[in-house]
Amino acid sequence: MNRRDFSKQLSLAGMTGLLGTSIVFSKNMPKGYWPIALQDPDPFSLFDKDKEMTVLNDRPWNIEAKAHLLNDKVTPNKYMFVRNNGRIPDTIDVNSWTLTIDGEAIRKSKTYSLQELKTKFKPYTYQLTLECGGNGRSEFDPPAKGNQWTVGAISCAQWTGVRLRDVLEDVGITDGAVYIGYHAADTHLSGDPTKEPISRGVPIKKALLDETLLAYKMNGQAIPLAHGFPLRLVCGGWPASASGKWINGISVRNRVHDGAKMGGSSYRVPCETVAPGSQIKETAMCIIESMPVKSLITYPRSGALIKEGQSLSINGHAWAGELEVTKMEYSIDFGSTWKDCTLEKPVNRLAWQHFMANVQFPKKGYYEVWARATDKEGKSQPMVLPGWNPKGYLNNACHRIAVKVV
Amino acid sequence: MKENFEGQIKSLGRLLVTFAFLLILFIGGMLYIKNNPSILIPSEEYEVLPANETTLVELDEATIAQSGFVNAQGVSQVIQNCTQCHSAKLVTQNRMSKEGWESTITWMQETQNLWDLGDKEEMIVAYLAKNYGPVSKGRRENLTNVEWYELE
Repeated sequence: MNRRDFSKQLSLAGMTGLLGTSIVFSKNMPKGYWPIALQDPDPFSLFDKDKEMTVLNDRPWNIEAKAHLLNDKVTPNKYMFVRNNGRIPDTIDVNSWTLTIDGEAIRKSKTYSLQELKTKFKPYTYQLTLECGGNGRSEFDPPAKGNQWTVGAISCAQWTGVRLRDVLEDVGITDGAVYIGYHAADTHLSGDPTKEPISRGVPIKKALLDETLLAYKMNGQAIPLAHGFPLRLVCGGWPASASGKWINGISVRNRVHDGAKMGGSSYRVPCETVAPGSQIKETAMCIIESMPVKSLITYPRSGALIKEGQSLSINGHAWAGELEVTKMEYSIDFGSTWKDCTLEKPVNRLAWQHFMANVQFPKKGYYEVWARATDKEGKSQPMVLPGWNPKGYLNNACHRIAVKVV
Repeated sequence: MKENFEGQIKSLGRLLVTFAFLLILFIGGMLYIKNNPSILIPSEEYEVLPANETTLVELDEATIAQSGFVNAQGVSQVIQNCTQCHSAKLVTQNRMSKEGWESTITWMQETQNLWDLGDKEEMIVAYLAKNYGPVSKGRRENLTNVEWYELE
């Protein structure tokens, strides 16, 4: 790249105006690559998202919901967060799309077309909770690196697909199987065709659970492009990065999968708790598995003004990774006293549960309604930030909304 | 009969010349592809910016404003090195100390194909640490920016 080329690129100013950001080094973009934002500069119409969603990052796309947008029992696409590590695949041909199962722990690698997957194996539908491991990252102190998710990187849509277990049984896995790792069609931000933006996975035990799906439908429709069309892995209750999108390969490994973003501080936390801001050796970091107990008040939106004597109906969802939530409470006095909410059972394992309560306020004033879920093993959400970790994962501190009685 | 024979010889000759021409074209084409294999993968060409060419170009105010970065010393270098692969938003939403930004740069160099920033690294890190340094939040912040509305 020389400077003359560089000044030439500056004349792209008109085009970059559309983007709201500068493509200064557009010469260095791979030839033939046209930023998706320029094809349609509006991510809301591009991905069919509600205008109230928050765009944290536009290259790669990272978009989150707000608490009050997540009130639906089954999350519709328009309110579903987007977390991408690389570029969305440019071209997807459903007719030639294949899934190849390989790795050290299978007898013989096998490739399936989408049609074969859909016809050869029995389909199952589950509502599955997918939460970004970094949901709530923005609250950590010292600040943690990455997209600064607040509360909205959580969804619970209905996924339809075939069981990964059925496919692995058809291929034939050996006793040496330890982990599965996915491979996908998204491309690296640097444009390097030899690099995978992300290639994570789960231990074989999780891979073989009933609810671990190779999904081709979301909420009864083809999966939207941003969420992994035409095929994705769904490992409910685990960091959503384990649920690879646009997948075209699964490797059955005889060791812990070592793909992109499996190592270092990615989706890993200190094995032993550390003081905030500590430096931690890579060997002292452990992979996140099941997500912790958490809940969200999705109605009303924070900031409600109500009249004295008026009661307030609140509702929301609670989830606990692999576990069920067994108790849901709220407090209007910063945790001095807690009252029970009505809590529904999940529609299936790994689906979030709905809660509701009717809240009375004793007199006029400023209040915060705090919500606290407790899982089957007796673990509750903390009111303050939980254990600090370098990448700011697993913030399951209680959610709260502001209310004024006037 | 004789004329017809000569005619056939001529057309056979023409056929042979055409064939030889096509053969030369084919061999030439194969040799070209052998030496330039990249022409077979036109849409995925990939290049890394060489470190010695990351010469400072001062950007104009409009470009800086468009970038979303704070306009301060070093901003031109930051824009030119930090927004080629990812959006400016990935930088500006983060808050890190000097050491934090340094280790992030190292991580990108080791795993994400970021090039050697050479003698510009110091200026880039200083800009980031000054303009996007950590803000203390304590163990839990107050609820801020509450938009009050009447709930019926």
